[in-house]
Amino acid sequence: MSALLETRSLARNFGAVTAAADIDVSINAGEIVGVIGSNGAGKTTFINMVTGYLQPSSGDILFKGKSIVGKNPRQVMRAGICRSFQVAQLFPELTVLDNVLIAYGLMQHRVLPMFRPLATGNSIKQAENLLQEYGIESYLPEKVMTLPQGVRKLLDIALAMLREPEVLLLDEPTSGVAIDDKFDLMDTVMQAVRKSGAGVLFVEHDMEVIARYSTRLIAFYDGRVLADGPVAEVMDNEKVKELVTGHHLEIDYKREVAHA
Amino acid sequence: MRNSTLLVLGAGVAVMAAGMVMPGWLTFLLTLALAKGLVVMGLLLLMKAGLVSFGQGLYYCLGAYCVGVAGDYLETQNALFLMLIAVVVCVALAAVIGLLLCRYRDIFFAMFSMAFSMILYGVLVKSSAFGSSDGFNVKPPLLFGWTPTGEPGPLMAYGLAVTAVTVVGIFVWNYLRSPMGYAGEAVRENEIRVEYLGSSVRRIIYIKYLLAAAMAGLGGGITALAAGHIDPEMAYWTTSGEFVFIALMGGTGHVAGPVIGAVLFELIRTYAFQISPYTWQMILGIALLAIILYLPKGVWSLVERFTKEKTS
Ligand SMILES: Nc1ncnc2c1ncn2[C@@H]1O[C@H](COP(=O)(O)OP(=O)(O)OP(=O)(O)O)[C@@H](O)[C@H]1O
Ligand SMILES: [Mg+2]
Repeated sequence: MSALLETRSLARNFGAVTAAADIDVSINAGEIVGVIGSNGAGKTTFINMVTGYLQPSSGDILFKGKSIVGKNPRQVMRAGICRSFQVAQLFPELTVLDNVLIAYGLMQHRVLPMFRPLATGNSIKQAENLLQEYGIESYLPEKVMTLPQGVRKLLDIALAMLREPEVLLLDEPTSGVAIDDKFDLMDTVMQAVRKSGAGVLFVEHDMEVIARYSTRLIAFYDGRVLADGPVAEVMDNEKVKELVTGHHLEIDYKREVAHA
Repeated sequence: MRNSTLLVLGAGVAVMAAGMVMPGWLTFLLTLALAKGLVVMGLLLLMKAGLVSFGQGLYYCLGAYCVGVAGDYLETQNALFLMLIAVVVCVALAAVIGLLLCRYRDIFFAMFSMAFSMILYGVLVKSSAFGSSDGFNVKPPLLFGWTPTGEPGPLMAYGLAVTAVTVVGIFVWNYLRSPMGYAGEAVRENEIRVEYLGSSVRRIIYIKYLLAAAMAGLGGGITALAAGHIDPEMAYWTTSGEFVFIALMGGTGHVAGPVIGAVLFELIRTYAFQISPYTWQMILGIALLAIILYLPKGVWSLVERFTKEKTS
């Protein structure tokens, strides 16, 4: 049986920099795949290519068996692949409510209406329900720029889930979120995801989060897949220890020194 | 119909009736101001999307020349027909130029739009058939074969201007609350998010550009009918700058901003010119400075402040 989403020898370079060298990844429905990899390993580039934001230099991307290379983010989104962003992509000067209303408005119409109001009793109710599902309804009247990082991340993910995607790609959903709040955030997201039955790929630096939520683990290194398999197996892999997780600890150590 | 719509319609009728008793010079001033208000309402749609066009004079002038030239060649003074031609021609040109402009932002959008208006200016200045830099006279308008005679000559154009501002104002008011209206703010705030929500940023900007061109063409057409004379100056970059000036003065927070801004602008200009014919631009500049310093959201924000205080 072919996978829901599959990439074949996906590569992308920026001038002399090779951001992705050769990436073969597959995701099946209902799977929750964790992705680890040091800074610059090509994780974001991978998500950018799959969602049509970046065109690959070579390789193929198959969604339900059909190539989606060359499609733009709008087409990829409408096909059923959605993403969240490492840095939440929202409308910072607008309120949380307006962010959600606009998101629904843009998503639901291919030709945007000019005479019907965006905010109606029903659309506001719909927005409130969404925010409730993610536990952030109390922020409804606040401007996004004033929100704590964690709330912004949740809102960003909530917008990615509006389309009820078949494949969801989360780029570091817990980055910038306080350690104590990481699990709450992931619990909220995973609850919504499991209900939808989507196949999920999420990039994460925190090994505890990876261990708790993923059913499979992929390690990226230098634009390639270093290891792919059951979580414990990949974490035990000598190369992964040497090149990814070890490296990672070193960076965390450096960060702490820098902050001290 | 909503109460607010009725309110605006009522205001339109009242302003129209006031024209009957106003002195002629004021009627004329208000007509030109309202015509500019129409142009600025279109500019407002673009500005809400974070795009400042320094070239709305292109459509303002084109609309005016459409009315003048079509009136001559088709030998008609039918005001509604001439204005329709102005709008259609402006939208047609915008449909072409917009394809290019919707790819640019910020200073590039501003400068490209200005460049196109200067091209029209250059062409008109060299066209002796249209009177070169002197322009030419436009015959007074007829509405269903009727034109007011006697002293209040411009009354007819005034009626057209008030009607157009009322109708376009109601449209823009509703538009700004619609998904397409909000899409402008969304584009201004985060284009990546808009694309990932499935909407084309370019298409959104393109449509706004067409609407702005239609409104500018309408404003130009009314100006031609009201003033009875048109010249290439209408496409000159200072005219386009005036529209941006008015938008800043009136404020972009509400449809009424452009109209209030335009009336204020014309009043200040007229009085400043009477008081000091050589430094009136300076007075206008100081007025704008004062508004930007003390009312950064334009004169309309005064109204908002006042109504908020009353309700809270
Ligand atoms: N638009 C771009 N132009 C030039 N180089 C880029 C661009 N985007 C990414 N790169 C380079 O490609 C490489 C991979 O970047 P990418 O953002 O995919 O890494 P990542 O795995 O997401 O890292 P991080 O953990 O820091 O988010 C890096 O060396 C980066 O500098
Ligand atoms: Mg990244």
